[in-house]
Amino acid sequence: MNRIELTRNSFIKNALKSRYPQLAVFIVMLVGYIFAILAGLIGTPVGSQNFSIVFVWIAWWAILILIAVPFFGRGWCAVCPIPLPGEWLQRGAVLSPPDKRPKWLNLRVPKMFRNIWLQNISFLLLALFSSVLLTTPNITGIVLVAMLFAAIGLSIVFERRAFCRYLCPVGGFIGLYSQTAPIELRIKDKQVCVTCEGKPCYNGSQVGYGCPWDVFPGGMTKNTFCGLCMECIRTCPHDNIAINLRPFSADLAKPTARLDEAFKAFIMFGAAMIYPGVLLGPWGTLKDAAYNVGTGTWFIYAAVFLAIIFIVLPGIFTLGIMTTKGRQSLKQRFMSLSTALIPLGLMFWVAFSLSFVLTNASYILAALSDPLGLGWNLFGTANAAWQPMLTTILAPAQTLALVVGLVWSARTAQKVNEAGTSTIPVIIYCFVATSIMLWLLL
Amino acid sequence: MSYRLSLLLLVMAGLVVAFAPLPVQPITPQERTFEIDAHQFAYSPSELHVNPGDTVTIQLVSTDVVHGLYVDGYDISVEADPGQSATLTFVADKPGSFRFRCNVTCGAMHPFMIGKLTVGNNSWLYRSIGLALLVVIGMTLSVKQKA
Repeated sequence: MNRIELTRNSFIKNALKSRYPQLAVFIVMLVGYIFAILAGLIGTPVGSQNFSIVFVWIAWWAILILIAVPFFGRGWCAVCPIPLPGEWLQRGAVLSPPDKRPKWLNLRVPKMFRNIWLQNISFLLLALFSSVLLTTPNITGIVLVAMLFAAIGLSIVFERRAFCRYLCPVGGFIGLYSQTAPIELRIKDKQVCVTCEGKPCYNGSQVGYGCPWDVFPGGMTKNTFCGLCMECIRTCPHDNIAINLRPFSADLAKPTARLDEAFKAFIMFGAAMIYPGVLLGPWGTLKDAAYNVGTGTWFIYAAVFLAIIFIVLPGIFTLGIMTTKGRQSLKQRFMSLSTALIPLGLMFWVAFSLSFVLTNASYILAALSDPLGLGWNLFGTANAAWQPMLTTILAPAQTLALVVGLVWSARTAQKVNEAGTSTIPVIIYCFVATSIMLWLLL
Repeated sequence: MSYRLSLLLLVMAGLVVAFAPLPVQPITPQERTFEIDAHQFAYSPSELHVNPGDTVTIQLVSTDVVHGLYVDGYDISVEADPGQSATLTFVADKPGSFRFRCNVTCGAMHPFMIGKLTVGNNSWLYRSIGLALLVVIGMTLSVKQKA
């Protein structure tokens, strides 16, 4: 299947080139974000009745993992409000034409941090505290504030969107899984970029800013680091940037060649396997350990969590691929074949989230009417009863997601595998992991 | 064997694994009573196994705050005040695995206060693993064919 260029449609193209539709969405998102912070800090401490918990960890999470990431890749990043205040400060403007004089320090991010290890660490930090974070409104409020101020601080010190690119705990995994999405931003003709003077898509021009994500679109082959901010569509003087519809997981034909990205795949894969056991399983001891941060049992939980992600899963994977011989080094094969875990990891998250979201979605109606838990009834739904949704189709839907993920990963392994070596160990590894997920969820 | 024929055979095998009726051993329904202790944020015991057709009585005893017990799939529930017990009786006429969970907000980890009721064999789990195994067989065969 070839690409279908969506930006050939003049309505879509004009909507993306204009800053106003995006700004309108940004403002709505920013208001919602700030309200979530306020609700977390001053609203009811009862998580299931607080806007911050219900809208961030149920509504937003459902939209993100079930729709936005699988179908739009980094579509969320295109409208995420977190970098906005910092970016407006950095530019000294909201909409006015770019002024190239730096307003702040405008430093380049040091080379040692130009990878996604910091994003891996920031995600793991949140993951280790997730039982508290997901259930305690003021902790959610504090984390949302911290992310906002981290983005502002990094915008003042460094050029472009350093927070989004190198630190955001959410952006890291969205980037990983955006490779599977059927949408991409790419150049139309490479030769046009080669001969283009000044590279305004990267360096900015009078009509727009240089790529906030520090990506030169002319060299982009994967979705991973493109935030779909649409700035390059505005600045390209040759109309050489397109938004395309494409087959799912087109980027995965080019295997990962970086250790930070390979470990991102394991981190997400492992976390998606641990959460169903901790949060959805019948084991109270495990929940106690995960929730009681700072106690001895929590430290054991954290150590086991990290050991599963950094030792057990990659270790078994490495032992599996060691049984096959190839021309590439073991490290290269490890990185390359870890690409196969990306589709299955995404489907693990989909299957886990279906259970979590469908069970708790009915809280949304009540939280809409009484977002702070103060006894309001804005839309007459404050007393809507909790009721799990679609429980009869949950198990078949989870099986479908996991089996599709297994097929998808097995095919990805075959695509990225070096010619002449077997992918059977990777397929068996994925099967065992899928069976564990099925046992945890069903 | 051609690719299309192999695929067709795998799909048919998948349908059989997913939907073929399994032989059912006749078991005389019994009355089963469980006393479940509910406390933040766990049930004890947290896993119940009964046979299809059994009449199940759950005596829910809450030892700290108000807790509830809602059974997914059966859409039935009971609530117990602190130090009190409450009883829920139902016929386990739907086979499979069902989560039961607290339906009265009882604290921070309330949404994750969960137990598991298995009625008969959890056949959907075995069918699902069977489907995954078919995927492995299909992919392994395709790898061997290419080699």
